[in-house]
Amino acid sequence: METPLLSVHGLHKSFDETPILKGVSLDVEKGDLVSIIGPSGCGKSTFLRCMNFLEVPDAGRISIAGVTIDCHGLEEAPPKDLEAKAHELRQRVGMVFQQFNLFPHMTILENTMLAPMRGRNMGEKDARAHGLELLDKVGLAAFSDRYPSQMSGGQQQRAAIARALAMNPQVMLYDEPTSALDPELVAEVLAVMKQLDKEGMTQIVVTHEMRFARDASDYIVFMEAGQIVEVSDEDEIFESPKDERTARFLGRFQ
Amino acid sequence: MMSFAGGCRVAVLLAVFLSSTARADEKVLRWGADTDSNAPYGFYGADNKLTGFEYDIIQALAEEMGRKPVFVQNAWDGLIAGLGRGMYDLVICGIEITPEKAGEVLFSNPYYVTFEQLVDRKGSGPIASLDQLSGKEIGTLDQTAALTMLEKTPGVIVRPYGQEVNAYQDVANGRIFGVLLDYPIAKYYAAPNPNLQFSGPPFGQITYGMAFAKANTALQQEVNKALQSLIAKGTMRDILSRWGLWTPTIAGAFGQPEAPSLPDTEYKSFVASHAESATLWTRLQRYASNWRLLLDATLLTLNVSIVGMCIAIGVGFTLAIMRVFGPWPLRWAATLFIEVVRGTPLLIQLYIIFYGLPNLGSVFGHPDLGIKLPPFWAGVIGLGLNYAAYEAENYRAGLMAIPKGQMEAARALGLTHSQGLRFVVIPQSFRLVLPPVTNDFISLLKDSSLVSMVTLIDLTGAYNRIATQTFDYFGTGLLIAAIYLLIGLPFVRLARWTEQRLAVDTRRPGQRPGMFSLPGTQKK
Repeated sequence: METPLLSVHGLHKSFDETPILKGVSLDVEKGDLVSIIGPSGCGKSTFLRCMNFLEVPDAGRISIAGVTIDCHGLEEAPPKDLEAKAHELRQRVGMVFQQFNLFPHMTILENTMLAPMRGRNMGEKDARAHGLELLDKVGLAAFSDRYPSQMSGGQQQRAAIARALAMNPQVMLYDEPTSALDPELVAEVLAVMKQLDKEGMTQIVVTHEMRFARDASDYIVFMEAGQIVEVSDEDEIFESPKDERTARFLGRFQ
Repeated sequence: MMSFAGGCRVAVLLAVFLSSTARADEKVLRWGADTDSNAPYGFYGADNKLTGFEYDIIQALAEEMGRKPVFVQNAWDGLIAGLGRGMYDLVICGIEITPEKAGEVLFSNPYYVTFEQLVDRKGSGPIASLDQLSGKEIGTLDQTAALTMLEKTPGVIVRPYGQEVNAYQDVANGRIFGVLLDYPIAKYYAAPNPNLQFSGPPFGQITYGMAFAKANTALQQEVNKALQSLIAKGTMRDILSRWGLWTPTIAGAFGQPEAPSLPDTEYKSFVASHAESATLWTRLQRYASNWRLLLDATLLTLNVSIVGMCIAIGVGFTLAIMRVFGPWPLRWAATLFIEVVRGTPLLIQLYIIFYGLPNLGSVFGHPDLGIKLPPFWAGVIGLGLNYAAYEAENYRAGLMAIPKGQMEAARALGLTHSQGLRFVVIPQSFRLVLPPVTNDFISLLKDSSLVSMVTLIDLTGAYNRIATQTFDYFGTGLLIAAIYLLIGLPFVRLARWTEQRLAVDTRRPGQRPGMFSLPGTQKK
């Protein structure tokens, strides 16, 4: 068995003395699409944000695509190279936000060009070609010179995915990517994610879309109260949940 | 930003050009005075040339001393402080010799002795002593012997004015009861007015002396010697007679005959030139004849404002970054600066920079170590630092208004914090702060009028010069206000245009022109 592409071990995180994550561990193989579900406040978004150090964990170890950061006691004395290491790690991880967070002062093409040009010193011509290719992949080639505010939510989220892909990440993280969308716009975003899955992208999705979780995921992680309660095959978890808490949560969606 | 940068370069060149005045060589006599509203001492006459009895005395004195007189203009309130800055060798501006002042400066022997003259409205009852003024409002000037005299008289309501013309005008208009001022002022400003009358006996005795810096005993003795010789030769009597100021008081002080030696031609021509009521046409001609002064003043105002704004933007931006993103010592320092600057008046800050900093060394026992800024840079730095505090708060608000998700997205994309600031957060906040920054520039343009207090002849300085020379306060005021308005307008238009240009890319088709609709500001 090859080593997992992403490995999280014993992650702890508190906000103002309130524990949010209480020892979370997860391994994800290359090419997997993993959905993380669970009730509001269970820590699933925090878990995702810890993976690329938008939140700095209090304890635990994170290893993604060859970059390992040991977070034991970080909060007391953050090591000097933490920022450098986190920066290195983020180079390999793409992230998509609930509110898209596109840069409103740039066209969507410029949105995709910024990071390769500034973070990787890619030439403008290459960045433009690369950006157009990615916008084409998410079905937005015709809109490349639009500003985010001129587009629908679904289009914006697809542009955000293209922007994250521009850094050629090995793992994509999605923080409730369809929660801010009108129902009729959800499908177009999920279609892009399924397409990426076919191409072999490793993806971790925090979601409330049970249909998508069940249809597209390789497996599903159920979290509650800062812990992973159950990791199951996508059909199994819906039909015969092992844990009673999972059953109660999923019961609401039946 | 580009227009500011370009403007800065031009402004700096202009500044260098303006401040490159010739250095004084050995044999000059640099004399300081405030010529605004200063007849008959030293003032700009009808032909726009410097004149006055003190002017004549200085010319005669310098000739006697074998020096070349060089005039340096300064505001009345700053005249003595200017000696400390070494702006000039002596001050001659109707300054009364008092023990308090003698503690700060050296005085020459008296060159004129006179008294305080009460002026009230035609038809007011006789006044025999100052005690009769109890309960009445009496006007006078700041820093004069008359002010001290009035303050010592119980019950008098003292109204200190900046300019004697305004004080006498208020008596004529019935706003105050009377004005107590030095006899020469009363003679020139009040006597020709048919609505005013001299009232009461001569009050007190005032002696005018030239002031020197405390250490300058050599020049004091040189001047005293020359003055003694002018008195002996009768030159002083001639000058004072021509100006109609040869009174029994001064005759007694000099020990010379009471009769004037010459007719009072200067006085007559002053009264004549101000008696003719100005028609609109003569006023316009007068403004036109001052075109050079007005042009220079307009350029100076623009120059001071643009350089000041460049400083304000640069320093303000640095302060904002320090305050929002800096570690606590920087944050603390920036906050302290902002609060102190915003909590104190700009005028006081200008005074401290211009007159206070040169004395900085002497506070710590090293009189040579003061910081002596040229007037232009004192004004520009004062304005710039003051506005920097306001700019910093603008930019801070602009930076904080950008949703946190923007920086998170930048960092998640693998950009560093400073790249996120530079390419994502700052460009967006720039649009947000553009309107307030433009408003601030227009305010700064108007506040730049305060630099006239540090001896710069900007538009407000030009107003003082022209208005006090012609007594045409209303017309000159309108003219100067119009020039301020005119030079401010292009900046208002420019700002509106830029704002619209920048807003286009974030506007939906058919959406009302708002500043912004950020995707990240929706529900969370």
